[in-house]
Amino acid sequence: MTPRLELRGIYKSYPGVIANENISLSVLPGEIHAVLGENGAGKSTLMKIIYGASPADQGEIICDGKVVGEHGPAVSRQLGIEMVYQHFALFESITVVENIALSMPGKFELDDLGKKVLGVSEKYGLPIDPTRLVISLSVGERQRVEIVRCLLRNPKLLILDEPTSVLTPQAVQILFKTLRKLAKDGCSILYISHKLDEVRDLCHSATVLRGGRVTGKADPRQSTSIELARMMVGNDLPKMTVTPSEKTAVPMIKLDSLNLDPEDIVGTALKNINLEAFGGEIVGIAGVSGNGQKELGAAVSGERVANNAAEIIIDGEAVGKLNAGARRKLGLGFVPEERLGRGAIPPYELSENAILTAHPQGMVKRGMLKRYKAREFAKKVITRFSVKANGPDALAHSLSGGNLQKFIMGREIELSPKVLLVSQPTWGVDVGAANYIWQTLIDLSRSGKAVIIISEELDELFEICDRIYVMAEGELSQSLNRAETSVEEVGLLMTGVHKTEGPRDAV
Amino acid sequence: MPYKIELRAEPSRRMAIAAPLVATGATLIVSTVFFLILGLDPFLTLYTFFIHPLTSMNGVSEWLLKASPLILIACGLAIGFRANVWNIGAEGQLIIGAIAASGIGLFFPWQDSVLLLPMMVIGGMLGGALWAAIAAFLKDRMNTNEILVTLMLTYVASLLLSYLVHGPWRDPNGFNFPQTALLPYAATFELFDYSYRLNTSIFFTAVVVVLAWVFMERSFLGYKMSVGGISPAASKYAGFSASASIWVGLLISGATAGLAGMTELAGPLGQLSSQISPGYGFAAIIVAFIGRLNAFGIVLGGLLLSLLYLGGETVQLKLGLPSSIALIFQGMLLFFLLASNFFINFHIRKIEVKVH
Amino acid sequence: MELLISIFVATIIAGTPLIFAALGELVVEKSGVINLGIEGMMLVGAAFGVWAHFSGIPMIFALGIAVIAGVLTSLIFGVLALTFMTNQYAAGLALAIFGAGVSAFVGRGFGSTPVQAIQPIHIPGLSDIPVLGEMVFQFDPLVYFSFVMLGLVSWFLYKTKAGLALRAIGESPDAGHAIGLQVIRTRYVAVMFGGAMAGLGGAYLSLVYTPLWVENMTAGRGWIALALVVFAAWRPRRVILGAWLFGGMTILQLQGQAIGLKVPTELLSALPYLATIFVLVLISQNRQAMILDFPVSLAKPFRPKG
Repeated sequence: MTPRLELRGIYKSYPGVIANENISLSVLPGEIHAVLGENGAGKSTLMKIIYGASPADQGEIICDGKVVGEHGPAVSRQLGIEMVYQHFALFESITVVENIALSMPGKFELDDLGKKVLGVSEKYGLPIDPTRLVISLSVGERQRVEIVRCLLRNPKLLILDEPTSVLTPQAVQILFKTLRKLAKDGCSILYISHKLDEVRDLCHSATVLRGGRVTGKADPRQSTSIELARMMVGNDLPKMTVTPSEKTAVPMIKLDSLNLDPEDIVGTALKNINLEAFGGEIVGIAGVSGNGQKELGAAVSGERVANNAAEIIIDGEAVGKLNAGARRKLGLGFVPEERLGRGAIPPYELSENAILTAHPQGMVKRGMLKRYKAREFAKKVITRFSVKANGPDALAHSLSGGNLQKFIMGREIELSPKVLLVSQPTWGVDVGAANYIWQTLIDLSRSGKAVIIISEELDELFEICDRIYVMAEGELSQSLNRAETSVEEVGLLMTGVHKTEGPRDAV
Repeated sequence: MPYKIELRAEPSRRMAIAAPLVATGATLIVSTVFFLILGLDPFLTLYTFFIHPLTSMNGVSEWLLKASPLILIACGLAIGFRANVWNIGAEGQLIIGAIAASGIGLFFPWQDSVLLLPMMVIGGMLGGALWAAIAAFLKDRMNTNEILVTLMLTYVASLLLSYLVHGPWRDPNGFNFPQTALLPYAATFELFDYSYRLNTSIFFTAVVVVLAWVFMERSFLGYKMSVGGISPAASKYAGFSASASIWVGLLISGATAGLAGMTELAGPLGQLSSQISPGYGFAAIIVAFIGRLNAFGIVLGGLLLSLLYLGGETVQLKLGLPSSIALIFQGMLLFFLLASNFFINFHIRKIEVKVH
Repeated sequence: MELLISIFVATIIAGTPLIFAALGELVVEKSGVINLGIEGMMLVGAAFGVWAHFSGIPMIFALGIAVIAGVLTSLIFGVLALTFMTNQYAAGLALAIFGAGVSAFVGRGFGSTPVQAIQPIHIPGLSDIPVLGEMVFQFDPLVYFSFVMLGLVSWFLYKTKAGLALRAIGESPDAGHAIGLQVIRTRYVAVMFGGAMAGLGGAYLSLVYTPLWVENMTAGRGWIALALVVFAAWRPRRVILGAWLFGGMTILQLQGQAIGLKVPTELLSALPYLATIFVLVLISQNRQAMILDFPVSLAKPFRPKG
């Protein structure tokens, strides 16, 4: 059988980094093919090349036996290649059907199209209302629009880039049903993920990428997670050392009936959040992305101010009305999920990024910057936290995700916070750095500080947390002791308040 | 396409010097062709444009005189632009600064006081700053786009000027020209030499250039504002005040514009009239970008633009060329210079797609 | 009564060049680009229109030449802003300078020579109706054309796929590129349309309104058009309202004393700008409405990722 898609010798580089090196793979019609790898392995780049959003420097792309030259997304669509992005390409100021119409060739008939949209959404179990403005849709609903958009064009090859990061476990199963049906109908699927369990559940074959190269090909149905992980990572995962926690008497941070309205329509309101974290422990907040985690992060950090000062208490002080800088002075450290653009300034050197939050450490005198102090601090962080960078003059955007995360975390830790809040600590971070980060957090908590992590990865939470709260639809569950709960219980709580995601409530 | 555009890992220092030179070279080539078509001697024309004005002391004086307000305003603007605060109405702030300074100069009871000039300086700066403060308030409190507000206020300012010089402030002995009486001697800047118009206000510009550089490169507030301009989310994360950036950016640029208005008034012009500014406030925006938003680049950019103005006048006087030629030439050079910035931040790479 | 009618008529005529220029810039801004050089493009249109006329070219083609001149001028801005990703404010301002120069150069020698202006139409029957005839049916063809253009622009933006695509690009060029829209090409077309309209607006001034060439004859109308687009909250229908308001103020300035207004004319002239600021503040309070009308990506350079 002619492969639906064949890649030979794909090469792509950016200034300073080789994203794809000599990549070859092959996908048959009706095959669900996983592309596995950690972030930075080159998966997204490869998909962009296939889809035509970005040209390869070298190599061949062969579709149904015919060589495809340089092409853009328009040509890909003609060939039947469709891509559902991790970050949706939707316009908020227009309706669902208008969005879809923009990517459909042919006559511009919105009513007709609306009917087709409803048809597809029913056939594959993805309910959406074509006349709604996208700005009013939730994240899950927006993904559905993206998928329906692709399905309407009868794709021959569907590329999905980390589609389940915004879905509940139940919705994931519904998505898988849709994908299996598509594959049976002859559509090939390229499924990009780093979630080994899902890949083993869904996919027929897998290509593993690491550091821009193909490090292995496998049949996920036959391989174990450990074998796949080994191909992704290269060696066995080191074990964590977690000593039992000795908590302080008084909580380092307390959220007391925290209520906060969302800033925009797509935001989630925080409802009556109650949380305590003591020194000496790691508290985790589990939940599917889009349930208020971003809002909680901003509310606790001080990027958004609370309604009452007493809703947020750090070591006995009511800080609700203070901004991020003031809270940092009182002992709150924060590592946000967005590193470039929020935790660090991309075109600035690491020393200049140190000034961002560490400036109280002698970097400012009488309103003037002391750059040598900033450089010293940055050097200290680089050494202490094993950041791979060309010194304090290295630009933030030249670091890999993991190293930048280590730098930002190191910067915050060096400020000796009483409480450290970390949002998605190892998202987009390679396994080696991830382990380092986990160990750092554990050590920090055992030295008497309170650590809170917000994470979508249940594995991570169960790896290092002492207690776990679950966040769903802006509300926080009761605290669960990690030793006494299970993945299933937490998973269920994550979906506890969700409305129907499909024809069935539970899977 | 056989090439791709890549953002450089960091701006090319080589290009930062080469690009303006190439731009100038390109302009020279294009304008040579242009002059030849018009039947003009390109060498003579270009010489008269660029070199001749600088060959006399008077020329140099005029060159610096025109460069001074451009540099002054552009330094203030750059501080705001780096913080993503877009003051497009410096022209209006200049006018209000000049109005405020004239008011003090003309109506202050002690007309030969040594305090008169300093008070006018402060008045000019305050006037410009207050005019810009309107936009700052509207942006900070009411989320209103400052580009459009400052632009609209420029019109209002120029109408206010027109009203004053045609009406209540018009010089009764001025033959009905739309201008005020001449300012008293104490209200003018000292000239370096009676033959030339260059005056001591140029020291203000020099001081402002240094202060602006220090502010942008070495001050904490300057750092905070730049962060706000590049990564607003990081600025919030750090607890920096976005409000502060808005107010500081607009007030400083308003103040420097108002000061420029005052120095024009108390310097070469000596009175308030509807011709207080040949568009310095707008030209300064271009100077700010040619100078790549840093103080010393702005000095060079201001000197260049001033030379263009001067050259335009010189070719009119010496060669009888219409003023339009000067404007066309200016426009062309500006286009090439602006385009050349592209090569400092990006490079074009050929890519090969090997076909087996 | 007679005076009121003539004020009304004068307002419509004064508003016409503004409508052209503002409609053009509206489309440009809806695509996410801001061109501050409208004044320059209008001047170029005015000068080339006059040049064509005095070269013996019939009016309709002279207008065409003015339009082409506007388009070519706008292309310079387009190349700078779209291909070289220059700061759009600086590029637009440079264009205004260049346009002033080119127009003065082309127009030199034509100063004060009267143009045989385009005459108002006469529809037998309709134009002769007392009062109404004068108020509605006695304008020159370009006035009517401005309304046609208004309809066309509205229809294009809100009823066609290309218009939808343009608005989408104005909201997010990155998303547009991701779904295969031609961002840069669309913006180029928008910029050229803006140039065409500005050129036409300028030609209206030199061939109909004050039918002769004077240096800088646009007298700031290009800047008014910029304000108009904001005043209209980027909606074509409201452009007419704004054009009449701004146009009307100029007329009142001239006729104000005749109808006994004691207010200084400069204050009257300032009112439209103050009104625009007021409108701006109002729109900015309602975020949902703002997102629906305001092109979010305005003035930000677009670089195709990857």
